[in-house]
Parts: sequence; structure tokens; C-alpha cells
Amino acid sequence: MSTMSLQETAHHEGHADAHGEHHHHETFITKYVFSQDHKTIAKQFLVTGIIWAIIGGFFSVIFRLQLGDPNATYPWLEDLLGHWAKGGKLQPEFYYALVTMHGTILVFFVLTAGLSGTFANFLIPLQIGARDMASPMLNMLSYWFFFLASVIMMSSLFVQTGPASGGWTIYPPLSALGEASLGSKIGMDLWLVSMAMFIVSSLLGGLNYITTILNMRTKGMSMTRMPLTIWSLFFTAVLGVLSFPVLLSGAILLLFDRNLGTSFYLSDIVVAGKILPNEGGSAILFQHLFWFLGHPEVYIILLPAMGMSSEILSVNSRKPIFGYMAMVGSLFAITILAFLVWAHHMFVTGLNPFLGSVFVLLTLLIAVPSAIKVFNWLTTLWRGNIRFTPAMLFAIGFVSLFISGGLTGIFLGNSALDIHLHDTYFVIAHFHIVMGVASFFGMFAGVYHWYPKMFGRYLNNTLAYIHFWITIVGAYLIFWPMHYEGLAGMPRRYYDFSNWESFKMFGGLNEFISFVALIVFAVQILFVINFFYSIWKGRKVTTQNPWEANTLEWTAPIRPGHGNWPGEIPEVYRWPYDYAKDGKDFIPQNVPVGADESKH
Amino acid sequence: MKDLFVVAIVVMIFIIIFQIAKASEYVSVLKGEEKSRKQNNKINGFLLICFLVLGLTGAWYCNELYFGKTLFPQGSASVEGEKIDLMLYITFGVTGTVFIITQVLLFWFAFKYQEKEGKKAFYFPHNTKLELLWTTVPAIFLTVLVVFGLKYWFKMTGDAPKNAVVVEITGHQFAWDMRYPGKDGKLGKKNFKLYNQPSGNTLAVDFEDPESWDDLHTTDMHLPVGRPVKLVINAMDVIHDVGLSHFRMKMDAVPGIPTTMWFTPKYTTEEMKVRTGNPNFVYEISCDQMCGKGHFSMRGVIVVESEADYNKWLASQKPEYFTLFPNKDPEKQNQATDSASIANKPIAQLMPSN
Repeated sequence: MSTMSLQETAHHEGHADAHGEHHHHETFITKYVFSQDHKTIAKQFLVTGIIWAIIGGFFSVIFRLQLGDPNATYPWLEDLLGHWAKGGKLQPEFYYALVTMHGTILVFFVLTAGLSGTFANFLIPLQIGARDMASPMLNMLSYWFFFLASVIMMSSLFVQTGPASGGWTIYPPLSALGEASLGSKIGMDLWLVSMAMFIVSSLLGGLNYITTILNMRTKGMSMTRMPLTIWSLFFTAVLGVLSFPVLLSGAILLLFDRNLGTSFYLSDIVVAGKILPNEGGSAILFQHLFWFLGHPEVYIILLPAMGMSSEILSVNSRKPIFGYMAMVGSLFAITILAFLVWAHHMFVTGLNPFLGSVFVLLTLLIAVPSAIKVFNWLTTLWRGNIRFTPAMLFAIGFVSLFISGGLTGIFLGNSALDIHLHDTYFVIAHFHIVMGVASFFGMFAGVYHWYPKMFGRYLNNTLAYIHFWITIVGAYLIFWPMHYEGLAGMPRRYYDFSNWESFKMFGGLNEFISFVALIVFAVQILFVINFFYSIWKGRKVTTQNPWEANTLEWTAPIRPGHGNWPGEIPEVYRWPYDYAKDGKDFIPQNVPVGADESKH
Repeated sequence: MKDLFVVAIVVMIFIIIFQIAKASEYVSVLKGEEKSRKQNNKINGFLLICFLVLGLTGAWYCNELYFGKTLFPQGSASVEGEKIDLMLYITFGVTGTVFIITQVLLFWFAFKYQEKEGKKAFYFPHNTKLELLWTTVPAIFLTVLVVFGLKYWFKMTGDAPKNAVVVEITGHQFAWDMRYPGKDGKLGKKNFKLYNQPSGNTLAVDFEDPESWDDLHTTDMHLPVGRPVKLVINAMDVIHDVGLSHFRMKMDAVPGIPTTMWFTPKYTTEEMKVRTGNPNFVYEISCDQMCGKGHFSMRGVIVVESEADYNKWLASQKPEYFTLFPNKDPEKQNQATDSASIANKPIAQLMPSN
């Protein structure tokens, strides 16, 4: 089905049945590979994201082995990594490469592309009542640019000098100078080119999401009747479109510095005994450009998780989300503030103290909309009739982790305290809980909730419950004690602490954390098995609306074809949160407002 | 062989869990899906409240185990750091209270309002008063924290007191170098183009500047106790970071952009050995900004001692100028000039013009 005929069908509802299966001339390639169906593209993003998550997670297991016992040797590691693990012991260069790739993969390839890519594609047309994205072609390109970025990033793992190893923040001059680090040779160029492709993918996707949400909502779907998932995906796309180009420019300037002899970020450098000719550049400039994306990026990761959790909490509490307008308003406030806080990553770079103070104020201001969201979620649960589906458990877990990780942000956002805590394990604990694990919980909640819509089958419930309980307990066991290591000043990105009088007393704790990390990783594999097994063998979905939810995607057939609704697109008469209203358990959005219905 | 065995066991465990999970699905179909769903609901509701109780107990236990290992029981080793400790405790108090209230409400609500036969959820879509309440209360608390924080921030990032000892610290892959200004109290100029390893001018000091002639170049940092110290921070190659966790201080070392920080050491190294009960105690400088493969080993040492010991140590150090140009050394000028060693200095521009 071409783009043209899709739009025609959307515009001429009378011809909607021209959409039947017999008009599709789809081959395997157009249906599963170069598909323009938003649902297939969403699954492509999800599966690619899962593959990346396994790789990125596995990397963390390997470097946790090193941290857990710096003196141990693992012969199988040498079989796997060759000279990077000579004698079964991970080499420092490769330890840093693993740390860098773990960050890059999880932040960009999993929690940006895998999370937004999946759920923006899947949910936007289905929940606003559109047959597909505004431009299915750009949407398809968005995935394939992501695929290209993935191939390039993956290939950097196999070059002789190894992948980028300067940390996922790739601060120059370390990332600019091949003499400074093995990972800053060809691996860094591949990293930058891959990220450029990734940014193109993200922009194509983002523009499409914004356009679709603004222009293609079904009749009656005013902006204030949109589910919070759509609002969050909308703001996410706005953040991405406005901030990713800045990283692209930063990355291109870095490519110039590396390969064309420019001095954007380089000045006064003597590296490996060689005096470099560069003068007049500023290494700090890169950090401004990087964090101008880097901080909004945190919200690009977090907002979809917030939106999906809001939706899932409401559906399973059988209650409307509390304070819908405040929820939208706080998403908006977070989006604006996200652009105004980037320099809180740079309090100890020698930043002008006055500038620093402005960033302290704006950073701590974000706690206000965040607090509103938390209290609104809590009130949503209050006096509900709660069903603990796996998705609901993950949504509750998301709120718990968001609270825990968010509160430590108040320490780090206050510049005077940040002086002590900056670049310690406290920071690792903070951002892994609030952005890493919390967003993963949002993503898991989304997968468990919308899996029946994606594949027409359920995931295995018992495995889902095992997955949830071990993951939430494990996540807290791993990251909670790290706060204490950080309070002791233990720096991030250290390969071995045993020669430090100040930090070596945490050896036992590090071993414990590594052990838990191993178990938590194994349980994620269990989830992946459950995911792929259930696509073909899971319990079949027999009812159109298994969660008894109000949003439009549950009015589509159990396995919707390209175009989503076989007949006319449903019309919307109400907001999506009419649960427990007038004694009715739920009233879907496409049910007209009755004459005797009360107003909310 | 052992590895294979471990892999086999892990695979076995996976298969067993997987089979149990599959079997439980069949059982739930036999029992009736609605019934088993309700049973699952009860179990998970119970587990959530267990998680709350065990979690809070665990957080308390973790604090018992590890708080003693953080730097806070021993107190800050710098006068300024005490303000940071105070702020940390205030922030702990505020966030800890919010943490307990919100986590308890979250899990308690989840447990208490779990699905029950015949119960109806309460239609409660919004309440402006409540929402205003939890907008303003956090805003007030945050204002307090910001005001405290910025007061200390401006004090710490402000100018160092006039009587401060000045020490320059330079990071390079993967070690620290110190430079003391000598008797004139002024550090000589630097120019990275003058770097010359064979001659020993590894800090790229401009020895044409007479102010550099009495400067000392050392690898350890010695500081007098009770006097403010101002660090001038440089980097030769990539970005490093001077991390002084005992003093609660930290500042990046950026090539091309010198930075500064200042603090007042409160206890000598010997006093800290007693305070911490650790006879091996030493003030360590950690590199806190990723700088390459040796980042984790970029360690420096600070010795804090009495003013008298500090002066004695200073007097025992020889200016770098004289080590690099022995013919200029007044002590050696009486002796026969060792022309050979001068000939070994290949860079003519390093020679002082006078």
C-alpha cells in the first residue's frame, strides 16, 4: 500500500473498505523489511533495541567482573576478546572501551531509539486515530538510518585499535587525539559517523511524530483529549528535534579537529611528548555543545517512560489519572527547563560562578514539576481498585525509582554539594536509578502493556512476575550502596581501586554489586526469551480490549492490518480517562457522551 | 571444563524456570483465568508491602554498614568543606523525609487499594487545592536549599584570601606535577611550545622570565596546616580533574584554560591518622575526569604539616632552574663549570638570554 493511496483512504472515509487485505500486494520484503507500516517499524525499533540492550548489558557484566575482583583471571574472556583480555584479564584500554560503549549503547541506541522509536511509532497513530504516520516513507528511513548507525557502531567493535574509549560524553582533547588513547584512533571516527547517522534517524522520526500529532488526530481528538502517552511522546520529539542538531554540529567540529587540523576544541597541548600546533580552541566549548543535547537527552529518555507509566497507572487503578492538565503542564515545564540546565554537568570545569548559580536555580526548579508528577501518580493510586498486571508493577516500580533517583538530583544540582559529589559513584547511582533503570521500567511497562496489541499474544505472566521482582530488588541492591561509595569520594571510571588508600575499603561491596549485576542480567535474558517465544507461542489474545482501557488502540482489531481500522476511523467524544465515572468501570473514548452523564 | 559446567547449570536453571512458567500458564487456564488473575493480584499486593518493609529496613542496614566508611564521620579536612558537610546533612534531612513519605504512600496505596470484589474506584480527576499544595511546598523547600547552596558556592568559588599559599598543579597522562613560586611569591610564565622532555622542561616553563628562576618543581604537594591554599590548575594534554575528597574540593584541569580553587587544610596528615584510626592514612589526589587508560592510577599525594615542617621542606627543595641549568646555580658556580652537561641541553631557546 503506497503512501498516496493511504492518504486517500484517510481522506475519503467512504472508500475505507478499499483497504481490505486483497488490495495489498505485499512481498516479504515490503511487509517485514522495508515496511512503511508504523506498527512494523515500531517492532523493528524494538527488536533492534533489544539486541543492543543485550550487548550493552553484557558489556557492563564484563566490566563489573573486573570491578568485582580486580585480581581474578577468566580464561574464557581471552577466548572471547583476544588481546583485549590477555591472560584472561581485561586490559585497561578495553575496560574503558566497554564503559564507553555501554553508555553510548544504552543512552542512545536502547533508551532513545529503542524506547521512543518503538512507542512513538506504535502508539501515535493508534492512539490519536490515524491510519499511519504523516510520512510513512520518512518513518521507514528513520529506522534504516538507525540501522545504518547500528552497523557502523557495531563495526567499531572490530577495528584493531578498538572502539571509542573516552566515555560516552567523548570530551576532547581525549577524544580528539589519537595519541592520547587507542580508542581515539579510528574507533572514534566511527563513533562520530555512527552518531551523525543516528541523529539523522532521530530527526526524521521526531519531525514525523510532531507533524502526525498536530495534523492527523481523528475527529473529536482535541489536544486536551490526547492520552498522556501522546503528550509525552510529543514533547520528547520536540526536545529531540531542537537539541540533537546541536550535538551533530559538535560532532562535526570534532571530526574537523581530528582529521582536518582545525582547532575548535584544541589549544596549548603537548601529548605523548609532541607539541601540537593548535591554539585558540576551547575544550570547554565542546562540553557546552554536548550537554545542550546531553541534558535534554535525559528527558528524551525519561518523558516517554513517564507518559506510559501515567497511562498504565490510570488503566490499572481503574481511576482517571489525577490532575491531567497539571500532568501536561509539568511535562511542558520540564521540556522548557530541560534546555536551560545543561551547565549543571559543568560546575567544576572552572565555569563562571555567577553562571553556575543561574544553572543551580534552574536545575532545582525542575524538582517542582517532578514533584507534581509524583504526587499526582500517588493520588491516582489512592482509592483505586488496582490490578497488578506485570505492566502495572513496572509502572509502580518506575514511580519508586523516579522518586529515589530524583531526590539525589537535589544533591547534585546544588553546585556547592556537587563539588564533592561530581564524577563519583554518587552520580553513577543517581543517573542509573533515575534515567537508566526508571526508564527501563517505563519501557518494560510499555512492552508488557502493549504486547497484546503488537503481536496478538500475551507474554507469559509467571516469567513476567519473576522478571519484575528480581529486577526491582536487584536494581536497588546494585545502585543504592553506590551512594555511599560516592559520599566517600570514590571516582567514576576507575579500572581498579586497590592501590588507593582512600577507596580500597569498598572491595567487598564492589564484589557484592557485581554478583547482583550478574543475576539481574540473567533475568533480563529470561525476559528476552519470553519476548521472542511468546511472539509465536504465547497465549492468544481473544478479546479486543484485554485491559479494559479507554484509548483508541483497543478499538482496532486484535491484529490490525496496515491502516489500523478496517472501516472508518473511530470518532472521539471524551478524554481517555473516564474510569469509575458514574458507576461505570470504564467508558472508551469513542463512546458518545450520554445526556445524563455528569461533567468532570 | 569448569566453565562449561557453569554454563550447563545456568542453561538448566533457565529451562526449569521456563518450564515452570509454561506449566503455570496451563494451570491458570484449568483453574479459570479470572480466578488465577485474582490470586496473582493478592500475591503481588502482599509482595509490594513486603518490598516496602524490607526495602526500608535494607536502606537502614546499608547505612549502618557503610556510613562509617564515608568521609562524613571523620569530618571535613578543610574549613570550607565543613559547610559542604552541613549542607549535605540538611539536604539529607529534607530529601530523606520526602523519600520516606512518598515511598510509604506509593506501596501502601498499592497494597491497600488492590482490587477487591464489588469495590468501586473513586472518580477523582483533579483537585486544584491539592495540586497547588504540592507545587508550593516543594518550591519553598527548594528555595531554602538554593539560598544555602549559593551562599556557600559564592564563598568557595570567590577569590582566595590574600595570605594564601599558592601552588600550581599540572596534570598529564598519568601523573601530577607541582610548582611552588619560591621566595618572590610569583610563578614564572609558561608557554606550551617550550615543552622539552630531553632537557627536563616538562612543565614548559619560560625560563627567560626571571620570576621562574626560584620556582620549585616537585611531585608531592606539601601544605602548611591552617593557612589558606590556592591551587592554580593546569593540564598538558587532555582534561584531568584535581579531586581532593578529604577537603571536599574538586576542579577540572583543562589544557589551555588555567583554573583555580582554594581551601584551608584543618588537620595535618599525622592528625588525620589519629582521627581516622588508619595508620596508613594519606591525603590523596585522585584524577576525577576520564583521561585515558591510566586514569585509575593517576594518584597524587598531599602532605599537610605544621608551618615549621612546611618551611623546612621548602628550604630543602632546589629551584628547577638550577637543576636544569647547573651553571647558573650559585652553589655550583664556585666549582668547575660542567660544560658537558650544558652541551647536553639541545634547545638553545631554553637558555636564558642574559
